[in-house]
Amino acid sequence: MAAFEKILLKNMDMPDYSGSLKDYERAGGYRAIQNALGKTKPGDLIDIVKRSGLRGRGGAGFPTGVKWGFIPQDHPGPKYLCCNADESEPGTFKDRQLIERDPHQILEGIILACYAIGARTSYIYIRGEFALGAEILEKALDEAYKVGYLGTNILGAGFDLDVYVHRGAGAYICGEETALLESLEGKRGKPRTKPPFPAIAGLYGKPTVINNVETLANIPHIVNRGPEWFMSIGSPPKSPGTRVFSLSGHIARPGNYEVPMGITIREMLEDFGGGMSDGKQLKAIIPGGASASFLTSEHLDVKLDFEGIASAGSMLGSGAITFMNEGTCMVWAAERLLEFFHHESCGKCTPCREGSMWLLQILHRMEAGHGKHEDLDLLLKLCGNIAGQTVCAFGDAEIAPIVSTLQHFRHEYEAHIRDGCCPYRTEQAELVSTGSSQRH
Amino acid sequence: MFSSEAKKRISLVLKRYPIKSSALLPLLNLAQEEEGFVSEDSMREIAKLLDLTPPKVYEVATFYTMLNLKPIGRFHLQVCKSLMCALVGSETLLKWIDQELGIKPGETTQDNMFTLNTVECLASCGTAPMMKVNNDYFEHLTHEKVCQLFEDLRTTGKCSLATGPFRWPDPGMLR
Repeated sequence: MAAFEKILLKNMDMPDYSGSLKDYERAGGYRAIQNALGKTKPGDLIDIVKRSGLRGRGGAGFPTGVKWGFIPQDHPGPKYLCCNADESEPGTFKDRQLIERDPHQILEGIILACYAIGARTSYIYIRGEFALGAEILEKALDEAYKVGYLGTNILGAGFDLDVYVHRGAGAYICGEETALLESLEGKRGKPRTKPPFPAIAGLYGKPTVINNVETLANIPHIVNRGPEWFMSIGSPPKSPGTRVFSLSGHIARPGNYEVPMGITIREMLEDFGGGMSDGKQLKAIIPGGASASFLTSEHLDVKLDFEGIASAGSMLGSGAITFMNEGTCMVWAAERLLEFFHHESCGKCTPCREGSMWLLQILHRMEAGHGKHEDLDLLLKLCGNIAGQTVCAFGDAEIAPIVSTLQHFRHEYEAHIRDGCCPYRTEQAELVSTGSSQRH
Repeated sequence: MFSSEAKKRISLVLKRYPIKSSALLPLLNLAQEEEGFVSEDSMREIAKLLDLTPPKVYEVATFYTMLNLKPIGRFHLQVCKSLMCALVGSETLLKWIDQELGIKPGETTQDNMFTLNTVECLASCGTAPMMKVNNDYFEHLTHEKVCQLFEDLRTTGKCSLATGPFRWPDPGMLR
């Protein structure tokens, strides 16, 4: 494919780039706050981000500038910005790299976002497992405070900001923005019913914006180079910019690759992922993390942008693409994902909590060779009773692997039932007990 | 119970939030850092510090899988078993661990050195199979590396195979 310029992973490509304040400044970092703070009106900054067309990189793809614009400008405050660093969507490992390799890029994005919405306090909610990431962010915060990029009267612009790192303790659902707020308030991470939306009543009941790490990392570049520049990259007008795609599964070169949105899955697999490993054929693709519906080798020419993946019947989600080869059992794959969803369901909504257990039990039975023909309809009926029946998107996510594998690979389910065993496994599938307690 | 060093950190943590209960997860994490698990005594102490009831602290503690409510071995082996890791060998990794240590998920070695659990995605899908040992990530694991890891942990308490700051692929691999 044609040459392109990396945006977010560019700094760390430089030899000996350590991610320190010094290195980040040498690469042109913190220029955006020098140019914007006190010189650009907060409302104009929101307008710049709106015009850039930037959409959230966490999963839902909501337009970032619009989200900021929902914050009531005349609210006396406090208002909050939360950086969502709870990266937990299976398949996704981009934020981990952005945090550990270029933390100041994120901090500069946070400062700009807080300036735009009028927040004086920001929390970086980082998943508890990222101990190293939290340590690196704390160190970056210290550096930024020392030179006056954080604290009071930043750059003499009369703008005050404190940023804190807040570590989670192991719960996927805390990546859902209202669950994140609950967790930050010291509660179980259970999503809130909406409305009210966080922009009106978020953290401590105050106006709050929650933005993903990668989303915020884009902000300094948009401020430096302008919304028109950003809008010219990738797949405008609806999917401008680059994405850091996390590639995993049966491919030669898994890893994080930043590319302009709009390249095809085939280009991603062949030009970056190095093709399938061990000369095997591709069978299935999950294009947006565990919550996204499975696609097949027939979808290789689908474009990797929000609309392209949606029109193929899945979603771009967190930008995690998993490739599975011909030897992968689709019932087993769905079962594995359901184990995840059942473990991570917060337990608030009955359809999700109980439904995930029933779905998993049926899949266990099926994979062990004890499936019945009526199970296929039962699976779909259960999924239908979960879809749209929960307060957050988790319910819709947990049924995606089952509905989509039944759509594309129904014959594999039928083979399990007919043969009384999993045709893909030479030995009985080992059901791994998690050895950890239930959450609900 | 919190050490005097921890108490200093607690007073700093409390200043970060407009309401005390926001410090609950940081304090639970700190308690675990100090004792290796979250004891009932520390939950009671946290409740007092944050003006919460002990059941409220317990309610929250039971929600988060990283918090161990019972003592575990000195090294907590956490193997990711989510689909992406399973595609490239997490079950094999569990077999190696069983071969070397004789433990299965949920079990602890008799000398109390190692506790094994399977966990869900740790954001290491491109560098699997992997496991986390206490705070450190170990990625691209092979049988050989696993043996070295256990040997190093037994003898020195540390292992140089720990990965991070994370970046993958590293450009050296790509030419």
